[in-house]
Amino acid sequence: MNQLNFPIISLVTFFPIFGVLILSIIDKENKDVLRGTAVAFTVIEFFISLPLIFYFNNVTHNMQFVELIPWVKSFGINYYMGIDGISLWLVILTTFLTPICVLSSWSYIQKYVKEYMVCLLLLETAMLGALVSLDLILFYVFWELMLIPMYLLIGVWGGPQKIYAAVKFFIYTAAGSVFMLLSIIFLYYYNYKVTGVYTFSILELYKLNIPISVQFWLCLAFFVSFAIKVPMFPLHTWLPDAHVQAPTAGSVILAGVLLKMGTYGFLRFAMPLFPYATHQFTPVMATLAVIGIIYGALVAMVQPDMKKLVAYSSVSHLGYVMLGLFALNMQGIEGGLYQMLNHGISTGALFLIVGMIYERRHTRMIKDFGGVAKVMPIFATFFMIATLSSVAVPGTNGFVGEIMILIGAFRSFPIFAVVAASGSIFGAIYMLWMYQRVMFCPLDKPENQKLKDLNVREIVTLLPLAVLVFVMGFFPGLFLRKMDATVSHFLIDFNTRYEAYAQQQPQSLGDRIAVVLTAKDSKNKQLNN
Amino acid sequence: MEMLEFVVPALNVKAILPQVILSLTALAVLLLDVFSPQDKKTSSLGYISLVGVVVALVSTLMINGIRESAYNGMLLADGFSSFISLIVCVVAGLTIMTSINYQKFFPRINCGEYYCLLLFAAVGMCFMGAAGNLMMIFLALETMSISIYSLAAFRSDDDRSIESAMKYFLLGAFVSGFLLFGFALIFGSTGTLDLVKINAFLTAHPEVIHSKMLLGGMALMTVGFGFKVAMFPFHMWTPDVYEGAPTPITGFMATGVKAAAFAALLRVFFVALGHLQADWTGIMWLFTFLTMTIGNVVALSQTNIKRMLAYSSIAHAGYLLVGIVAGIKQGQSAILFYLLSYAFTNLGAFGVIALLGRKGGEYTELDDFAGLGFKYPLMGLAMALFMFSMGGVPPASGFIGKFYIFSSAMKAGFIWLAIFGVINSVISLYYYLRVVVVMYFKEAEQDIVMSKPSPAIVVGLVLAVVGVLQMGIFPSYFWDMARQSIQTMLM
Repeated sequence: MNQLNFPIISLVTFFPIFGVLILSIIDKENKDVLRGTAVAFTVIEFFISLPLIFYFNNVTHNMQFVELIPWVKSFGINYYMGIDGISLWLVILTTFLTPICVLSSWSYIQKYVKEYMVCLLLLETAMLGALVSLDLILFYVFWELMLIPMYLLIGVWGGPQKIYAAVKFFIYTAAGSVFMLLSIIFLYYYNYKVTGVYTFSILELYKLNIPISVQFWLCLAFFVSFAIKVPMFPLHTWLPDAHVQAPTAGSVILAGVLLKMGTYGFLRFAMPLFPYATHQFTPVMATLAVIGIIYGALVAMVQPDMKKLVAYSSVSHLGYVMLGLFALNMQGIEGGLYQMLNHGISTGALFLIVGMIYERRHTRMIKDFGGVAKVMPIFATFFMIATLSSVAVPGTNGFVGEIMILIGAFRSFPIFAVVAASGSIFGAIYMLWMYQRVMFCPLDKPENQKLKDLNVREIVTLLPLAVLVFVMGFFPGLFLRKMDATVSHFLIDFNTRYEAYAQQQPQSLGDRIAVVLTAKDSKNKQLNN
Repeated sequence: MEMLEFVVPALNVKAILPQVILSLTALAVLLLDVFSPQDKKTSSLGYISLVGVVVALVSTLMINGIRESAYNGMLLADGFSSFISLIVCVVAGLTIMTSINYQKFFPRINCGEYYCLLLFAAVGMCFMGAAGNLMMIFLALETMSISIYSLAAFRSDDDRSIESAMKYFLLGAFVSGFLLFGFALIFGSTGTLDLVKINAFLTAHPEVIHSKMLLGGMALMTVGFGFKVAMFPFHMWTPDVYEGAPTPITGFMATGVKAAAFAALLRVFFVALGHLQADWTGIMWLFTFLTMTIGNVVALSQTNIKRMLAYSSIAHAGYLLVGIVAGIKQGQSAILFYLLSYAFTNLGAFGVIALLGRKGGEYTELDDFAGLGFKYPLMGLAMALFMFSMGGVPPASGFIGKFYIFSSAMKAGFIWLAIFGVINSVISLYYYLRVVVVMYFKEAEQDIVMSKPSPAIVVGLVLAVVGVLQMGIFPSYFWDMARQSIQTMLM
């Protein structure tokens, strides 16, 4: 279904490429022109993506704004794109965060400005492409394509350990995804064997009945690939390195959108393709999610480096998202989706804030600061808003997401929910403690006394995020209603298919014994007869 | 009295059109070199050869639909041979374009013999793709190999070049012996050298299939072809030869020789010895796995970019062998597609290396590339693209090539081979990324100035980039062509 009769998704996806072409003809010494052009393109891009919200149909779970063109005919690969309630807000989040990233790099990036902007725009296209692809190969292409610009962003404009971080990021993620590729190919041939149709379309592959023994391995390949991206404990070690070394905008994009690709992948691909295996994996995933929540929070607490602290807080927050998704009920999944957006906004804002103070002082160590609120009141306000959002104080967006996730988790696994809820106390501790040490305390360091408050550009960068924190905190319905139809259909579909699988094979040892016993009974009966 | 009948052999030019054009060009270049005054020598020889290659390419595309067995089965002119000719023309063309720039640093290669030998090697390669008889394969192989032995030695003021040629020649001569002996054993057990007739004989006499003589012949042939494609355990020559040879020739060897040898291997294994598939699959599986793994693992520790690409070429031979092991038509099409994609990618990479040079020398250490990505943005971008393509990262053609290869392995049920294959491509990413790392992430330590590149190499690199992107983003055209070629392969 495409209600606009216009390939709007393609336009949104590839508009940044147009920006790349324009940037490439601008002289590389004209740095302000380059920056201005990049800002213009990303802002226009955001406005182009807005019709997706206005024309989005709330009541259908079907894919909307669909585009379907054959790409590699002989292999059944299609250029197949569409948006539903799961991807809509993530697309908007991407187009919303990119201009902010460009703005935030205005003065921070002085070296190779042109190449930097090109990387950001390419990254935007790749991320959007991955979010709207409904063909597995198309998705995989965009998924891998995201790696290259991000790798360059970390490696060229990163900190002292940039090479290590960039290579680790690339290889870690690529290693995860190649197994997903094999799994995709397997599904493709299996689907052909069963239905006689060559297709990579996920909507078709959802219908496939995969033997349970195989399903486990296919699902594992998808899970590992996405879990690395999320990242889930214990596959998270690339994240702190990447975050700390990346330039500010890189961190914002990484935290804001790239990590969501993992959670999005679970929801779009891994879970609906393999309902039975997902169900079997749920206890493991929920345990890892809870470990991630607590572990991330505890490690964040002892970090002396503000950026590393925010990076570990990401591990903790993404743990919540995963817990919500694997609760496999309405509140949990919607809460998880909502938390993805929240995390993009609050952690994005925190990384921007850390970046701003780093630009002034060239240090991120908490002990180098103290009493900054006195000299930078505007900065302190924004920092406070971001902190509260991250801590999930009622009235901010974080609260809505976390409470929904906890409600969902309580319904599915109460004990995990209790542990996770206590994790949010740790969250309050490490965030507020950092805020206290940086912003309050005596203003005793002479370097800090001369700090300048935010300039107009920086305020413009942070203001939209701060506003959204409250809008999303007070009016969650605006966002959630667009997800409802898709998520409820997702659950119905997931559960019916799980039931079908469960009937195919006895699910537990007890059931299996029961089957054997009844078989014996009937044999005996036959003998008696 | 019976009249002695004399039949004029019908000269079927159409079946060998690209080869004829390439040979004529080679002779013309040789003559022109002799008759042109010594002091006026410019790069015209290279350009003339280039024109010949382009005409051969066009003729290949024109006779694409041909499907006939010519010269009493000596030649099989079909879609398959056309595709191989296409790859060879692309390879030869790009190599010549690279050479035209390279001869600025090494004036010695600016002579008729160089281009003449290059073109004759290309003729040999085309014939290998079209050979329908074991004898023909041997002749084509020798035409190709002898030309390349001499080409490898062309930087005769450099010891490494001489060493390279000598090593390649000595081992190559041995291997020719193996190959010939293998042919003899096959002839002994089937009574024919004709590929199609061997197959027919084995169909009629299934008891011969498992005879020791035939299996021995096949094993010896595997040694011969395995040496040419750099398959483990016959790969040891690769790094030294690749490092010492002039850079354009290294690229030529890595792509052209590989394509030709794989073409002959495909024909022999699937047309002549198709009945023995069950016998060779197991051992080839093992060799394939080891070829990929050893190539990639050893490449990790290389600091010389030519040596690194040599090991990488061993690894790529491993990926290609996956298509052979798969043993299905789709795998064979995937091999053809991969060979063409690899030709664009690898020759592009060697083209970039050949851009950087100074009088009498070149920069081949990895660290020499430090900081060049920003200094020469277009060159850096091209090199990065080639590296990503070799590592199999979309949207470059290497990704699609690997996708076809591994999916054919999955289709044929070789799931573990596909798993080892993708693990290998992740390992390989590490050393391909290292090139990008030094180009972009490190500051230049020495001031390397690129002399103004000749227009030919610029065109060549642009073509390589376009080829890589075209095959990566819109693979349908060449994929359909490769599938068509395999389907119309004469059996």
